[in-house]
Amino acid sequence: MTRRAPGLPAWLLLPAAIGALLVVLPLVALVVRVPWTSLGPLLTSPTAVDALLLSLRTAAVSTLLCVVLGVPIALFLARTSFRGQALLRALVLVPLVLPPVVGGLALLYTFGRRGLLGETLDVLGVQVAFSTTAVVLAQTFVSLPFLVLSLEGALRTAGGRYEAVAATLGASPTTVLRRVTLPLVLPGLVSGAVLAFARSLGEFGATLTFAGSLQGVTRTLPLEIYLQREADPDAAVALALVLVVVAVVVVAGTRLRREEP
Amino acid sequence: MRRALAVVLALGLVAGCSGGDAGRRTVTVLAAASLTEPFTALAERLEEQDPGLDVRLSFAGSADLVAQVEAGAPADVLATADEASMARVPADLLDGEPVTFATNRLQVVVPPGNPGRVRTAADLARVDTVLCARAVPCGALAHALLDDLGVRVRPVSEEQSVKDVLGKVASGEADAGLVYVSDARAAGDRVETVDVEGSEAHLNRYRLAALAGGDAEVARRWLDLVSSGEGRAVLRDAGLGAP
Repeated sequence: MTRRAPGLPAWLLLPAAIGALLVVLPLVALVVRVPWTSLGPLLTSPTAVDALLLSLRTAAVSTLLCVVLGVPIALFLARTSFRGQALLRALVLVPLVLPPVVGGLALLYTFGRRGLLGETLDVLGVQVAFSTTAVVLAQTFVSLPFLVLSLEGALRTAGGRYEAVAATLGASPTTVLRRVTLPLVLPGLVSGAVLAFARSLGEFGATLTFAGSLQGVTRTLPLEIYLQREADPDAAVALALVLVVVAVVVVAGTRLRREEP
Repeated sequence: MRRALAVVLALGLVAGCSGGDAGRRTVTVLAAASLTEPFTALAERLEEQDPGLDVRLSFAGSADLVAQVEAGAPADVLATADEASMARVPADLLDGEPVTFATNRLQVVVPPGNPGRVRTAADLARVDTVLCARAVPCGALAHALLDDLGVRVRPVSEEQSVKDVLGKVASGEADAGLVYVSDARAAGDRVETVDVEGSEAHLNRYRLAALAGGDAEVARRWLDLVSSGEGRAVLRDAGLGAP
């Protein structure tokens, strides 16, 4: 053990160790179960490849949507102050703490055939239910708060001084955004986007409730894992390993970026 | 350090597993989710007949139940929704041979008002139909039945469980789905049903067995109740067929 830090009582190590074990042990247990010898065939079966590609595709589109919709929200929240702003922020962040299955129900009652917008969409010839669009909607719904939260934090930390200077030098708001603000908060934007991507990749509850489950159309990696868990546990564990690796890489990546400056 | 951790973990486990006063007896039944209604009714009757006996019911998908038994879950009775699941339980974990105590068959369910105007199984090829995935028992059965009838359905979704299929139909997202008769009955007026010709040829057999690690006496009480006339009547009311 290293030299004792003055603010770290020894007894604190016990709950810390238990907590760490609680997180690490299940991951170890999962990795121990991985059928290493048949990993290749399990990960390249047609259903696995379809699920993996669908997950990557939908998560990429969702992340893009999160950036397009989330950056304006974050800017608005960070650069204004008005009555009810706290409430607005809370509302935008609700999907963060909402059980995903509840999010799925809410989406169903909005975009479903008998939902709020269902009939309008039907008239326009758009059917969201059971389509890949539904998967993207569900993922964007749950991932948007991650991007808004981390970007708003970065914007507030960066402050408005450079923007004010640029404005006095004659730059229009759009130029300020493009030339000053975004370059300044780029690390925050990137880590927010990476988190949103990871959350989209792992989305399960809202997708299952709202989008259904069909190979190549709506059955993403987590849904495939859930299905295979009954039929072929080895395949489920092999696919789970893929998501664990992605999760570890994402978390490690965003952590490292934070320690850089 | 390591020892302290072990003690804390052990205490946690003991605290989590103890409970129940002496003198009272408990029969723990692991049962397939589709048995929720009839088994709950039977448990109430048994507890009424014998106030000293507690019935603890734990419902899950049959595959999950088998996994729980293999992992050593403390229970006295196992009831699966199909033969294949029960067959996967190693013989030394069972106390005696499993018996078939009920059957179930498939039925088409449609949202109230039948927006897709589904009259026969052949209509399933025409409307937005939801089935169970092939990998789960209800999906294997549905595909076998449809193959038999020569109906080629391209489902809009292949769900993980019967309840998921039911949910998609009851909410009106899908025009039709294939579920068990018992599930359709439990859904009440949230769905309408259409009988499928030939569904009797594809029966799902519910299997029941006492578990080797459990209390053989209380397990026997439950097995006897389920196969009694009273038990049969409750199962029949839930839409399940005779074995």
